[in-house]
Amino acid sequence: MLHNHITFPAKGSAASRDGFGKALVELGEKDPNVWVLTADVSESTRTHWFAEKFPKRFVQVGVAEQNLAGVAAGIAACGKKAFISAYGVFSPGRNWDQLRVSVCYNDVPVVFHGSHTGITVGPDGASHQALEDIAITRVLPNMVVMAPADMEEARKATIAAHGLGKPAYIRTCREKMPVFTTAETPFKIGEANLYREGADVVVVACGPMVYESLVAAEKLHSEGISCAVLDLHTIKPIDKKAIVEWAKKTGLVVAVEEHQVNGGMGSAVAEVLAEECPVPVRRHGIYDMFCESGSAFELLKKYKLDADGIASVVKESMHMKKR
Amino acid sequence: MGSRMRITNMKQLRLIANTIREDVIRMLYEAKSGHSAGSIGLADIFTALYFNVLYHDPKNPSWPDRDRLVLSNGHVCPVMYAAMANAGYFPKEELLTLRKLGSRLQGHPHRTSLPGIENSSGPLGQGLSQAVGMAIVAKSEKKRWRVYAIISDGEHGEGQVWEAAMLASKYKLGNLTAIMDRNNIQIDGFTEEVLPLEPLAEKYRAFGWHVIEVDGHNIHEIIDACEKSKAIYEKPTLIIAHTIPGKGIPFMEFLTEWHGKPPTQKEAEEALKLLGVERSTIEEEG
Repeated sequence: MLHNHITFPAKGSAASRDGFGKALVELGEKDPNVWVLTADVSESTRTHWFAEKFPKRFVQVGVAEQNLAGVAAGIAACGKKAFISAYGVFSPGRNWDQLRVSVCYNDVPVVFHGSHTGITVGPDGASHQALEDIAITRVLPNMVVMAPADMEEARKATIAAHGLGKPAYIRTCREKMPVFTTAETPFKIGEANLYREGADVVVVACGPMVYESLVAAEKLHSEGISCAVLDLHTIKPIDKKAIVEWAKKTGLVVAVEEHQVNGGMGSAVAEVLAEECPVPVRRHGIYDMFCESGSAFELLKKYKLDADGIASVVKESMHMKKR
Repeated sequence: MGSRMRITNMKQLRLIANTIREDVIRMLYEAKSGHSAGSIGLADIFTALYFNVLYHDPKNPSWPDRDRLVLSNGHVCPVMYAAMANAGYFPKEELLTLRKLGSRLQGHPHRTSLPGIENSSGPLGQGLSQAVGMAIVAKSEKKRWRVYAIISDGEHGEGQVWEAAMLASKYKLGNLTAIMDRNNIQIDGFTEEVLPLEPLAEKYRAFGWHVIEVDGHNIHEIIDACEKSKAIYEKPTLIIAHTIPGKGIPFMEFLTEWHGKPPTQKEAEEALKLLGVERSTIEEEG
């Protein structure tokens, strides 16, 4: 049980992309082999903080995400640890082949940071809402895929990715969202964090959906449903043990993500359970569609990815247990 | 500690190129698949690089100060493997394992399978970017090693190559020499019919590169151009090496159909016979 390690309700908010940017500065100070690259989005992906401090280890490639990934692979092949940063729709969206061959097949330590993921990017509309990035990255060998829950977890995920020295993808968000994990909250790649116990259902979530799910669980509690919440910050390698343990304890799994339900975190959870502990699974997220412009919070409400929406999806999923 | 083999005797280099051609024919025949024309056509360039131009150490492929050779058009890897084996990276017998189960000689190069391979490749257009990344590091850290990138003409259909060309110019990568195998063919036909690339030299000059054009079968010219590129500090250099696909084996030369197929037994025997005649000619030239 880790609920003592979080602040709930959260006291402040920040964008998870800030956690990535902060971690880069920390890493840059400690390790002269850290290099950072961006494709014309240094401020919005928070790499400008690193660029200001370590200009010699910062590469601006312009609007060229394929080259971004390839140049980083070349830098990493020289014994460096390269972090590349762009919006998720462009990287890994536009440079998946480079991610596959230049990075993963080469097995060089390049960390992809996809910022502005999910519908919470908001008014920019569907073209800019990365909702497929987990699906396309988690199928690649040698790859680690993380979707941290908040700014603090994004900071830790970035530091952990540096320590790992492998190809990795870190998914962050543009919008300021509650920061509820703390410097003391444990973070280990591949080990899911349980933030709330429950007996009737477990919500497995990633990214900003973790906090929304905690709020949803609180609401459900008042309605007599005991709901556990698992933060699956690492989608690959996936924490089978934790997923199976809580699937067994509760008998019903609801996966919640700001991503297409096809191929995303929920699919990864369903794959584990189908093979190791078949229990009903509801995959909640975006249902095979492009979304639209709107504020982050309007969109979360519309697509039932805010706390109320998640609570309603959990309630309507409860009947699956009786089958 | 690595160094340069620096064979300067042209006769000796031409004989090595001939041996590499023979090896490629045997490898492709044995593998029953692979790309003949480009591999054969690059024999002189790979001879120049591995036996004269490159600072490297076949017995210590990860020597930190080695020059980096990035191969972008990975499908011509048989010629690279043959050059490496002849240079002493691994036993020549291993060449015949090309494309076979358990081999370190993958159908397209794999960085972590075979020491001495700097980059995995296959999907076109990705090599120059990696070469640029390496050259940026070397320049930033004032290393003396250089980066050589072998790129193809056909792969210039990929936008990524031009992205990399622009960035190399931005960072004034005088330590980067790209060598383009200008053999005019790609899978579906002649490059100027599939997607016209000319004027290539003018395009690269407009992108801020120093451009040298050479006969890609004249080993002396190739070496000379590589040497000249070292004197260009403020710009990356492109050597456009005009080559004949299948060069040295007349029934393969210029034919696009030889881009992606191996020789049959009869064709392999004929090719080896022709290369044998060529060997005698080189030896007799004195």
